[in-house]
Amino acid sequence: MSEVVESGAVAKAKPEKRVKWAEPPQIGFAEALYLPAIVSGIGTTVKRIFGKNETRQYPEVEPEIPPNYRGVHRLNRDDKGRVKCVACYLCQTACPANCITIEAAPAPHDDPNWKDRDKFPATFEIDELRCIYCGMCEQACPVDAIELTSIYDLTGMSREEMIFDKEKLLEVFDKTSEGGKDPVRTKRGTLGPASEILNEQ
Amino acid sequence: MMTWDTLWPLLIAMGIVLAVVPIAGLYMTFIERKLAAWIQNRVGPNRVGPLGLLQAVADGIKIFLKEQVIPGHVFKPVYIMAPTIGLICAMLSISVVPFGPSTSEPTPGFRAIIAPGVDIGLLFLLAISGLSAYGIILGGWASNNKYSLYGAIRSCAQFISYEIPLALSVIGVIAAAGSLNIERIVNAQGPGIGSWNVWWQPLAALLFFTSALAETNRLPFDLPECEQELVGGFHTEYSGIKFVLFFLAEYTHVVTISFLTVLLFFGGWHFPGLEGEVGSTWGGYALRWGVLLFKVALVIGVIMQLRWTLPRFRFDQLMAVAWQGLIPLGMANLAGLAVVLSLGLSRWWMTGLSVALLVLTGMISAATSNKLVGSRSSRSAPAASWKTTAPAGGTR
Repeated sequence: MSEVVESGAVAKAKPEKRVKWAEPPQIGFAEALYLPAIVSGIGTTVKRIFGKNETRQYPEVEPEIPPNYRGVHRLNRDDKGRVKCVACYLCQTACPANCITIEAAPAPHDDPNWKDRDKFPATFEIDELRCIYCGMCEQACPVDAIELTSIYDLTGMSREEMIFDKEKLLEVFDKTSEGGKDPVRTKRGTLGPASEILNEQ
Repeated sequence: MMTWDTLWPLLIAMGIVLAVVPIAGLYMTFIERKLAAWIQNRVGPNRVGPLGLLQAVADGIKIFLKEQVIPGHVFKPVYIMAPTIGLICAMLSISVVPFGPSTSEPTPGFRAIIAPGVDIGLLFLLAISGLSAYGIILGGWASNNKYSLYGAIRSCAQFISYEIPLALSVIGVIAAAGSLNIERIVNAQGPGIGSWNVWWQPLAALLFFTSALAETNRLPFDLPECEQELVGGFHTEYSGIKFVLFFLAEYTHVVTISFLTVLLFFGGWHFPGLEGEVGSTWGGYALRWGVLLFKVALVIGVIMQLRWTLPRFRFDQLMAVAWQGLIPLGMANLAGLAVVLSLGLSRWWMTGLSVALLVLTGMISAATSNKLVGSRSSRSAPAASWKTTAPAGGTR
């Protein structure tokens, strides 16, 4: 009872002028007969039958992936063929899903090829199942060593094979950079200060 | 006394029906999926076999090999019996339907009908197709599931409501042929397009098609099994082969009503140019069979197209269509028919009468539905009166 009174009071408080009445459309002769509407509806669906299909025949026709697509990771190589990563842990720190595990090691100084480098990643693992493909590792990397590629159809039979180690990530680089589908993105825009230093050396 | 001479045509006809109807059912699902896909700008099943033609076979094999789950809470004897009852009724009703050209009087040898020369043919068919509601109702009730029961109850109400216009609409056809025998009804129509029943009884044809569609439980009348409201309706608890039986019963119904629509109203196997006795030449026989199947395919196509065109009725709308629309229309049509036939007027009076009745219904419906929905004044009036009846000052 009190409910009724309450809502009655609300109705009184609102002046009738401010209430907007939405009028349902008047049903005409044709609508009331149903048949014209049904016939025109069938006309619409028949027209659709002969219309253009929107389906992409996926396994045969692959989608065009935009260049900024965030797919499977890769570790870039520098011009000497070494892993570009300097094991600075920035990507591991930036990763919101904690899927990157890096172990740094001092660069082998007795090797003349590695004279310009202090550190390098002894191991570099990315759990592709854990990754959310947000691209923050790519953003964080000061030397543009880690990049996301356009590989979108990653599959595997076990969890173990979905943990990508350094060799596998470098393999992804070899595979994708050759095809021309995923050019190395490092030449884009300005680079971080660390890579400037590397370039000078 | 049944001898071999009368037995073998029967066995062959039964064999054709029992073999063709399930296969046709399977392929109708395939065609329906294709049609749905095309209407929705998709491609549809195209992986299994050339053009996806083996998809139906794959579906059949899959569903027959599926596990049959019998939930613990069902009433087992009825639960197991229900789909069988549904299919038996569907198959029984097809036994008096000629699926190929046949003569008015049963001839010796092969005939394209299981039970030739049944003088209560149409009555038998209406009775049996009414019985097929039992399959659904028992299935829904034995499932011990509230949604299944809802589906069964809906189906029950729907069957009761739509049986009436279904029966009312065929009376004109029966009167024209002077027989309930379906072969005679077809042969009472001639090869000329003008002699088909649909032209002088368009309203009866419309009523028949609508209520027969409702009997098949297909969209827009699929309330007993609507997925969005009732999970699966009466077949929620069914799986594997039992589900197939329900499914097959539905498609058998579609086949039956398509045949009936063609036979009763669209001249059956008659077509301009195909004169003379039905079985006189082999060529004519085959052509007539082709004509009949082509017409039936067209009707099935229309039924499928309707499924992807019209939204489902609300249940009160469903009842309103039957009780406020189809049944009064059927009664008026029947009265008009009685007048035309008893006064010996030209049949074409019925055409005019049908159109007039339809127009009248549309006008009445337009006038009343606007009143029912209500304009601004009629809707705000009860609100105002309610405000005044609220105690002034209040008990607050």
